[in-house]
Amino acid sequence: MHYSVLQILKNGLTGNKGWKPVWRNPEPKKSYDIVIIGGGGHGLSTAYYLAKTYGIRNIAVLEKGYLGGGNVGRNTTIVRANYLLDGNLEFYSHSLKLWENLEQELNYNVMLSQRGCLLLAHNDGQFDDLAWRGNANLATGDDAVLMSADDVRAYTPYLNFDDARFPIRGGLLQRTGGTARHDAVAWGYARGADMRGVDLIQNCEVTGFRIEGGKIKGVETSRGYIGAGKVGMSVAGRTSQVAEMAGLRLPIESHVLQAFVTEAVKPVIDTVISFGMGHFYISQSDKGGLVFGGDIDGYNSYSQRGNLPMVEHVAEAAMALMPMIGKARMLRSWGGIVDMSMDGSPIIDKTPIEGLFLNGGWCYGGFKATPAAGAAFAHLMATGEKAAWATKFNLNRFETGHVIDDEGTGARPNLH
Amino acid sequence: MRIHCPHCGERDHREFEYLGSAKLLERPEGGDAAAFHDYVFQRKNPTGENAELWQHVMGCSAWLHVVRNVTTHEIIAVKLARDVKEAAR
Repeated sequence: MHYSVLQILKNGLTGNKGWKPVWRNPEPKKSYDIVIIGGGGHGLSTAYYLAKTYGIRNIAVLEKGYLGGGNVGRNTTIVRANYLLDGNLEFYSHSLKLWENLEQELNYNVMLSQRGCLLLAHNDGQFDDLAWRGNANLATGDDAVLMSADDVRAYTPYLNFDDARFPIRGGLLQRTGGTARHDAVAWGYARGADMRGVDLIQNCEVTGFRIEGGKIKGVETSRGYIGAGKVGMSVAGRTSQVAEMAGLRLPIESHVLQAFVTEAVKPVIDTVISFGMGHFYISQSDKGGLVFGGDIDGYNSYSQRGNLPMVEHVAEAAMALMPMIGKARMLRSWGGIVDMSMDGSPIIDKTPIEGLFLNGGWCYGGFKATPAAGAAFAHLMATGEKAAWATKFNLNRFETGHVIDDEGTGARPNLH
Repeated sequence: MRIHCPHCGERDHREFEYLGSAKLLERPEGGDAAAFHDYVFQRKNPTGENAELWQHVMGCSAWLHVVRNVTTHEIIAVKLARDVKEAAR
């Protein structure tokens, strides 16, 4: 069914009885040309682009829980392209271009809102760093506006500009950044993939790989063996475990990242703001809740809930930046398990096993990458070549010295 | 989480700095690039028990070898990293 204003009017006048389930719930077939492990944003977007761009229809997406039940439903929904280093620059730039056309592409409302994304600086060094970053973004063709303290004051007058410790020195605004409705992104890609014949198989956990002569043959699952010409892993948070079943060891640690939402309040924040001290970021959802997050807790974890010290730290950062937030009551907090790679950048590559591909290591940047990661992974799996804007996310870059360390912290995943 | 420092007793984990896997105690000898790549970058990243290095930065500054369940956050055993390293020799 093609969604349109006409459909809404027609169904509105006929008791909304004409809507149909958005995707099928098929039984797994004996084998597929391509099996994608992981029915999250990236897995679904990969399947979509494989079917749409490369005409490969005999595909299954295997999801151990329900579609979109992992990190695509747990993030703070921020979309931006304000990275610093080659590799990241062209990739996120391409991703933002895909975002800008995503609703038309999918015929699905992902509620992309390019409300702007503001990074703050609190001293001269940080301000110079933002100027450098902004120039890199402009040179890549993306938006960047370096703002003085007065500019920031006019843009977001409710911040605490004269904090004794962290006065606001200026900021870098990307007017094309913003937020999207995270679940809708997963659902839109799922619908688009299903319409093109992709089997989305839920409650199907991969328990092992069948590998013969260094080549992938298929996957063992909780619903039986499924043969596959090619297999793609797209299971961020659990990448190490799934890869271990194929005998691979990866430059990844799993960490817990918490996020928070307050009760719904009237419109107060019309952009995305990142505090430059202590990695705090905040926006307001269309429902009215203030959605915010901070750093990872800082130690390996597979528990999808964080500890209280980080809750306290994030609350302190919120109060330092925006004292009015103290009036709002926190509604919920939750945690997601993220793949922290050794340089803070992702991996989209082949593995040493023929026919087995890896998409992982997204740290806390996976949501904004959803369209481009799927498109790049689909391109790699379909053609065997890397997409022109995703050539540097190589698995062997740690051996060759071509790391992409945007934060400049070295091989310390808990510091990225 | 509360970590029992052998010198200082049980303390809140905010007093400690996390470094990473305890495999960092096993620095490879010589100039084998593959061994060093594995040492610096590759991690087993297990669920369940993980051996880790923590430093008691807001206490005695000792480096600790902590065995911790990364799924439940339970601290299972804490030793001085120096003792673990010497015992391995």
